[in-house]
Amino acid sequence: MVELTIDGVKSKAPKGTTVLEAAAALGIFIPTLCHHPGLSAYGACRICIVEVVKGNNSSLEASCTLPASDGQVILTDSGKVKAARKIILELLLSSCPNSKTLQDMASNFGVNKVRFTIKDKGCILCGLCVRYCKEQMQSGGIGFVGRGTSRKVSTAFGVTPEECRNCGGCEWICPVCERACLAGNLVDGLCGGCQNVRPVQTCPVCVGCSESVGSKGHKAF
Amino acid sequence: MDVKLTGCHGFCECGTLVVSRPEETMYVRVKPKDVPEIVQETVLDNNVIERLLYTDPVSSKKITHEYEVPFYRRQQRLVLGGNGLIDPTSVEDYLAIGGYSAMAKALFEMTPEEVVEEIKKSGLRGRGGGGFPTGRKWESCRNAPSRNGTRYVICNADEGDPGAYMDRSLLEGNPHMVIEGMLIGAYAVGSSEGYVYVRHEYPLAVKNLGIALNQAGELGLLGENILGSGFHFNIKTSRGGGAFICGESTALMASLEGKIGEPRSKHIHTSVNGLHGKPTTLNNVETWANVPVIINRGAKWYSGIGTEGSKGTKIFSLVGKINNTGLVEVPMGMTLREIIDDIGGGIPNGKKFKAVQTGGPSGGCIPESLIDLPVDFDKLKEVGSIMGSGGMIVMDESTCMVDVAKYFVKFLTEESCGKCVPCRVGLDRMLDILTDITEGRGKQGSIELLEELGAAIKETSLCGLGRTAPNPVLSTIRYFGAEYEAHIKENRCPAGVCKALITFTIDEDACNGCMQCARNCPQEAISGKKKEPHTIDQEQCIRCGLCRDVCKVNAVIVS
Repeated sequence: MVELTIDGVKSKAPKGTTVLEAAAALGIFIPTLCHHPGLSAYGACRICIVEVVKGNNSSLEASCTLPASDGQVILTDSGKVKAARKIILELLLSSCPNSKTLQDMASNFGVNKVRFTIKDKGCILCGLCVRYCKEQMQSGGIGFVGRGTSRKVSTAFGVTPEECRNCGGCEWICPVCERACLAGNLVDGLCGGCQNVRPVQTCPVCVGCSESVGSKGHKAF
Repeated sequence: MDVKLTGCHGFCECGTLVVSRPEETMYVRVKPKDVPEIVQETVLDNNVIERLLYTDPVSSKKITHEYEVPFYRRQQRLVLGGNGLIDPTSVEDYLAIGGYSAMAKALFEMTPEEVVEEIKKSGLRGRGGGGFPTGRKWESCRNAPSRNGTRYVICNADEGDPGAYMDRSLLEGNPHMVIEGMLIGAYAVGSSEGYVYVRHEYPLAVKNLGIALNQAGELGLLGENILGSGFHFNIKTSRGGGAFICGESTALMASLEGKIGEPRSKHIHTSVNGLHGKPTTLNNVETWANVPVIINRGAKWYSGIGTEGSKGTKIFSLVGKINNTGLVEVPMGMTLREIIDDIGGGIPNGKKFKAVQTGGPSGGCIPESLIDLPVDFDKLKEVGSIMGSGGMIVMDESTCMVDVAKYFVKFLTEESCGKCVPCRVGLDRMLDILTDITEGRGKQGSIELLEELGAAIKETSLCGLGRTAPNPVLSTIRYFGAEYEAHIKENRCPAGVCKALITFTIDEDACNGCMQCARNCPQEAISGKKKEPHTIDQEQCIRCGLCRDVCKVNAVIVS
């Protein structure tokens, strides 16, 4: 067991757990995108960053890949963390504005403007589908192709491979495909429907467009 | 009398070099047609050929001997020195200058623990950029548990920084030194398998390294039961696929394993969990080359060179707007001024020094006000730059700092692996903002946004590439903020570089109507009669600057 302090709460965690898991055990919520409990840790989206305090200094680390260790002091919701998360979310929204998951996060984080050029790629390259296909379906039909800004998820040579069993798992686990934002017109990369509503509420009479409702009610319905 | 084709001597500006030893008479810029004369005059008759000697640009005097040339005089060539002495394809040459004696000393006179201790005491820090203490790295690798006892040793020769070629020069010019360093390292950490991961773009380095490995194997310096000591070690070479990111340790190991070359988080060090999940010691070419020197001459002697926190020497690749382009090896703690003015010979064409960028594409730009800064790992970090692998790009007054920042961010955007969001998307958007500024579309608040974004990329990226990538932008904003403001607020590029913000005009009083500019203009935008002042059609002008370059009376004005 290791002993660490998360948001001022002293707690013990089994050796080998990540800070994200240790926080979850305490009921402390850390937002994630590329993390899934059934898949290996990847550390790509960086939305789960936490502040690791060392004396007078501190650094930001992704909690999904950070092993809990003795004497660690973690802040999951400090000003520094919030500011960095907002920027990361803006960047994510600028490259994939039509994700309901991202739009909901924007509401929760208080992001009310995306200050960067919108280049809709329709994918946040979280790698959930790639890892799901490989680790859960033992298939490996899809993977990353290309580098940097031209990186994308694809099958080898763009052909449906024999390994693919059409399980649909890649689509199911995707935070964009399955949860597309249906709000229509986005203003500055944000959907008008749920903008700036904190916290996001679940719509009691939802007919399936989405799970959240803004101050003006559902826009699409 | 023997003629040898050696590796690079480092003085690129004056190549091809011919040095006659033992007198050390040095000829510069030698052409094939000079060879008969050198053989007749210098070799047979022992005369010095005046016209091939190096001329000191300051005193205009001819200098006969290599050791008197200012470029070499201030250097301390512990590692690079061998390059000019030996034929890199001859193991006998390397043995003749004391090669493999450090390995023999380590194998027969020292225990592995003593070797680790010696490196720790020497204060050697990783020369690839991170500056991690090498001895501590070796120690943690040695002490890390490995179920079947396998440990790996890797030499990182994936040198990708634009304008940096220290590792290339060492591998091409003195590959045995690197092999010897790896052998000592392997003995120290208890490894029997090693890899050299070398750039695909370095064919000569691959070739010379291959020859060296074969020769060492034949002589029993590599392989089973080395020199009868009972120590086994083999080295394989692996060629990179052209990705800059594969110079990052975890990406390099992923690439060696046949996976996509992308980094993973390093909360558990590679010295504990590295290649194939085994403890792995990875060091850069230059770091390995320092090891035999330390073992031979002792940690005490080695740690006498350099500064408090950075010991030994460092090779810098001095390029850009500088008279003596080349590779220089200087003790840590030498000031930038000494490197640039004394060794580098200052800025060409009488222009003024503006900034120097250290540490490759993700280093920061250091302004003239800090030119007396002693160069070591910690001091460079303090001013917002990095040591990196030792690139040093000198810029003069005709350089636009926003344009420079844009160039490096563009390079890094293209070379980012794309795994994590801050680096992949953040750098791309940063490039957009910088492009807007250089093309006259900068907005109020752009600088603040760049700073905010830069800080976020630095703090939240996954690997060292992202964590240092905003340095060129942040450091130029810090030291040359006024230039950014001139671009945004006044729509003006003070250095006259950014094409969208400048106009070329001809000074009517100065123009003598020679028609040179009109003849060279690719757009045929310049009109005017012979011996009468010319004019430039602004509609047609593409601001290529050719007219300015060809004008003999400096009549073309950039504003």
